Amino acid sequence: MDRFLEWLKRVDIPTLIIFLFLIALFVLAAFTKVSIPSLLSDSIRRIGMNGVLVLAMVPTIRVGTGPNFGLPVGIIGGLLGALISMQLGLAGFTGFWVAILFAILICLGIGLGYGWLLERVRGQEMMVGTYMGYSVVAFMSIMWLMLPFKNPDMIWAIGGKGLRYTLALDKYFAHILNNFLKFKIGGFEFPTGLLLFFAGACFLVHLFFRTRTGLAIDLVGQNERYAISSGVNPNKARLIAVVLSNVLAGVGIIVYAQSYGFLQLYQAPLFMTFPAVASILIGGASIKRANIRNVIVGTAIFQTLLTIALPVLSQVTRGDITEVMRLIVSNGMILYALTRTPKEAR
Amino acid sequence: MRYTLEMRNISKSFYGNQVLKNVNIAVAAGEVHGLVGENGAGKTTLMNILFGMPVIHSTGGFEGEILINNERVNIDSPRKAMEYGIGMVHQEFMLIPGFTVTENIKLNREITKDNLLSKVFGKSMRTLDFPAMRKEARQAISTIGMSIEELAVVAGLPVAHKQFVEIAREIDKKSLKILVLDEPTAVLSETEAERLLDTIRYLAGKGVAILFISHRLSEVLKVSDRITILRDGAVVDSKPSSSFTVSEIAEKMVGRKLENVVLPPRKKEPSDEDIIMSIRNLKVYMPGEMVKDFSIDVRRGEILGIGGLAGHGKLGVANGIAGMFPAEGQVYLEGKPYKLNDPSYALRNNVVYLSEDRRGVGLLLDESVEMNIAATAIEAFGQFIKKYLFMTVYDRRKIREHALEMIKKLDIRCKSPTQVVRRLSGGNQQKVCLARAFTLNPKILFVSEPTRGIDVGAKKLVLDHLVNMNREHGITIVMTSSELAELRSICDRIAIVAEGKLSAILSPKASDAEFGLAMAGELQEVLQHG
Amino acid sequence: MDKLKKVLISYAVPIAFSILCISAVLIARIPPIFLASEIVRRLSRNTFLVLSLIIPIIGGLGLNFGIVLGAMAGQAALFFVVDWKIKGLLGILVACLMASAISIVLGWLAGLTLNRAKGREMITSMILGFFANGIYQLIFLFFIGSLIPFRTKQFLLPEGVGLRNTVDLYGTVASALNNVWMVRIGTVRVFVLPLLIVAALCLFIAFLFKTKLGQDIRAVGQDMHIAEVAGINVNKVRVIAVIMSTVLAGIGQVIYLQDIGTINTYNSHEQIGLFSIAALLVGGATTRKATIWNAILGVLLFHTLFVVAPSAGNKLFGQPQVGEFFREFLAYAVIAFALAMHGWRARKILM
Repeated sequence: MDRFLEWLKRVDIPTLIIFLFLIALFVLAAFTKVSIPSLLSDSIRRIGMNGVLVLAMVPTIRVGTGPNFGLPVGIIGGLLGALISMQLGLAGFTGFWVAILFAILICLGIGLGYGWLLERVRGQEMMVGTYMGYSVVAFMSIMWLMLPFKNPDMIWAIGGKGLRYTLALDKYFAHILNNFLKFKIGGFEFPTGLLLFFAGACFLVHLFFRTRTGLAIDLVGQNERYAISSGVNPNKARLIAVVLSNVLAGVGIIVYAQSYGFLQLYQAPLFMTFPAVASILIGGASIKRANIRNVIVGTAIFQTLLTIALPVLSQVTRGDITEVMRLIVSNGMILYALTRTPKEAR
Repeated sequence: MRYTLEMRNISKSFYGNQVLKNVNIAVAAGEVHGLVGENGAGKTTLMNILFGMPVIHSTGGFEGEILINNERVNIDSPRKAMEYGIGMVHQEFMLIPGFTVTENIKLNREITKDNLLSKVFGKSMRTLDFPAMRKEARQAISTIGMSIEELAVVAGLPVAHKQFVEIAREIDKKSLKILVLDEPTAVLSETEAERLLDTIRYLAGKGVAILFISHRLSEVLKVSDRITILRDGAVVDSKPSSSFTVSEIAEKMVGRKLENVVLPPRKKEPSDEDIIMSIRNLKVYMPGEMVKDFSIDVRRGEILGIGGLAGHGKLGVANGIAGMFPAEGQVYLEGKPYKLNDPSYALRNNVVYLSEDRRGVGLLLDESVEMNIAATAIEAFGQFIKKYLFMTVYDRRKIREHALEMIKKLDIRCKSPTQVVRRLSGGNQQKVCLARAFTLNPKILFVSEPTRGIDVGAKKLVLDHLVNMNREHGITIVMTSSELAELRSICDRIAIVAEGKLSAILSPKASDAEFGLAMAGELQEVLQHG
Repeated sequence: MDKLKKVLISYAVPIAFSILCISAVLIARIPPIFLASEIVRRLSRNTFLVLSLIIPIIGGLGLNFGIVLGAMAGQAALFFVVDWKIKGLLGILVACLMASAISIVLGWLAGLTLNRAKGREMITSMILGFFANGIYQLIFLFFIGSLIPFRTKQFLLPEGVGLRNTVDLYGTVASALNNVWMVRIGTVRVFVLPLLIVAALCLFIAFLFKTKLGQDIRAVGQDMHIAEVAGINVNKVRVIAVIMSTVLAGIGQVIYLQDIGTINTYNSHEQIGLFSIAALLVGGATTRKATIWNAILGVLLFHTLFVVAPSAGNKLFGQPQVGEFFREFLAYAVIAFALAMHGWRARKILM
């Protein structure tokens, strides 16, 4: 009992509230006609689908610049990678891996530039990141109209100029991970490949933070002056963290797109940031500390919440309340993280 | 006796470390009361308590009572302090840089006029009466006998003028009963300081009770009616100033009964023949601790002490060598040129530094004991690593083994190597720092304020460990400390820094008075006169 | 020469924008009369909102992205005024009073929140805006018509719960302020009353900074610690600054919407935060310094570009869409740039 109380003290209050709310929803679901197995498989799928994007928050939080509110910057790199792969007409696993490869290359480049910029605005990374994200998305919206992509699947059917808002991936790499080693138990579907990929990404990041470079990032985030006195170059550590975050964002959006079956351009990258930030915070991270467990727990809770809330709540209330709920939960969570005083354990 | 201000039995602790012990002080109207002590003696804390500064109340308040005109008062914010007529000229300027001199002098005491809106919405909407404010500001400035343009923006003023603006602000307070001046002459030239002392006398003549804090002992002696000496957070003496001399004060400030520590013998005594590090014309740009021109030869195998008053640059030396602050000058390590401004170069050449700011620089407070011990060694030397798959990662097992060994060796009291360092006591935190330094296999260890914020029992342990490192492992130690007693207890030689320069190198057996005067930079002066 | 350089650097943003505006106008070949009438109208419509940002900047809180809270209050007030069928100037007056009342509560809450996030006020106020938007949607999409009574069925969704995407003000308070006193100069129509209100607000702000409260706000904005030591109640002053800004934004949104004539229920307030902040920055304000003139100049420049960008984009690229994305890009980029400058300078001061 004591240990349980001890554990309760360690868990964040909002995490607990959301968790309890989730359980309440499941109880509610049992009384409605919603099929729980299909809800569960839906939720599992969404965890894998969003997980890598949430993972992208880890490096910047750990290096001390807060959650990466400039996530769209990296996402753009991922989109470009996917577009190039489509333009080359590659399908299946080839298409997917080529997209990932290009995404990583492009994100490395973008990440270096973005990291250079953030270095110049130390202390304002979250704010500048947010607006850099917005600006880049608006700028790329122009680019989507102008870039010389020629594949007829990608450009507007009529008029023929500029890329479409959403590109169907059916002929390319839609569900490629989801269907890899997929199995079914009754109504419950398990997207093995997707989860393997997510687990692999988590493991790699986890491992990275045990290398000297990764440790340097940690040291800078926890105590910059300690890091300096340990011979670490904090500017370099921050740059590496930002680049890594960008690469993860780029890879993350491709994983997301293959699971969703569509590539979304124009404004869509903007809507990825806040849920990702909120997820890791719900998982118990703060704007200064985060680990892989926070990513997994947070994504699981947040995505399950969203999946289950839609069918269950729509039977109780009218209309789609989930969108509103998502706004309130995710922003409320971020607000909480920004305003809470750091725990000074003594 | 009727006192304007009495502080009775004041005690205060920061993070479990007692900085004030039962301090009593009383100032009568019209009296100038000098308050002296080494840095860390508790003067500033005492004044912060008097002024109700947030730093006191956010760290758990204090014990004891404050009486003003024999009435007990509860001062929990600067605003309260001001209401009781307490004014303070702070060590760091409390002036708003973008405001004019007038606006600063009148800050939060602006003269206002009624207008239409203020009649509806209340006082806060009253218009500022600039001409009247300007007139009074000018008056206050001329009381000091300065000519400062009252409409000039403060940011552009010379330092000395800023100091006088602070004083003018206090003079302008009509209800001023008690004025605290914390090191007001530190930034002034001699003539300016003289003018300031005149102002102090003038104010005392008007019946203001004045608390004057300064390191310039001759000034304190000149202007004060009574002097109280603080040491280690306790009052050691309080007498009329006529019964003191400069060297007596200096002696009482630093003097301690020396425990007769018998240091273990060395196989080979250090000598001037064998210099491990030679520092020439070192300049370090460390804010508040500037080193202007410092030269010394460090002998292999010795324990060299660096002492001096706060703000004179003693802390800057180690910070400069370690690359924590920009530095220039010629340094030779074992005869070879040594690269400054590069912390990793220092580490690679086994020059290790433990910061005076243990919680801010020396530790990862929210990390485990074992990680604190090992992290720097992993980063600097690639110790404790292994190959895993295709990556090189740190090896938890090796780290644990090493940490357990260190915990045993230094007797670090922790629940386990995974305990978070923040939860350890100051002494054990310092031992973790020592373990970290030891792991780096130092040739020279620069250690600053190793016993700051540590209780008495643990102090001795930490010093013992330093001596042990020196004797058993032959590590040359350069220890910077503001506690002269501890320098004298374990060092072979003690260098005193004053005004950013080497003022004297003294034997630990030199007299208290010599140390006191060397710190004040007045050693030569006395020698000339005497 | 150095002085000239300094001036050029400190006015870099407005100068660059002027050049951009002029070239866009030349490219788009917009008739000057049309442009003039558009600009005059936007000046009377948007300036009030932009001005509402000034007080928190001077109070050291940076750009108050929380003005969307005020905008929401303004919209909420208008919904009810429309529902109660209060028409004309009286409707505007009631709406302003209601908006102010709601804004005071919201501003107070926002102020308390921001006091818990010192040093990160901007990002916090932005997230606060998003969070409040969620609550706003909850109220006006799910509660209105069910928990909160609303009689005018034509503004509700078919099920009778939740507001439609647009609520129009024609026949109630649309143009109620504009129509009081209109002057025609050629074909350019000038709405005098909103302009006078803007002028009055300018005077009020100028007056405010000559009062005790204004002086406290300035002191807190320059250095919180010193202000605290001088006995100023820093937290209270900051809350007051936020409340003032929120109230002004609430009234500003009422003025804005009576001119537009329809409320875009779920979008109007969001856009207004972005465009007001961008306009102020275009006028040469920074996150720490802003004047009335920055606001006015900013509205002029930003909205000129706003008007001409689509046709300039069309002329240049053959796609009006490009122009639209371009002006959006500019709004964001200007903010990003100003924030970057803020971070850069803050760092320089530290060094």
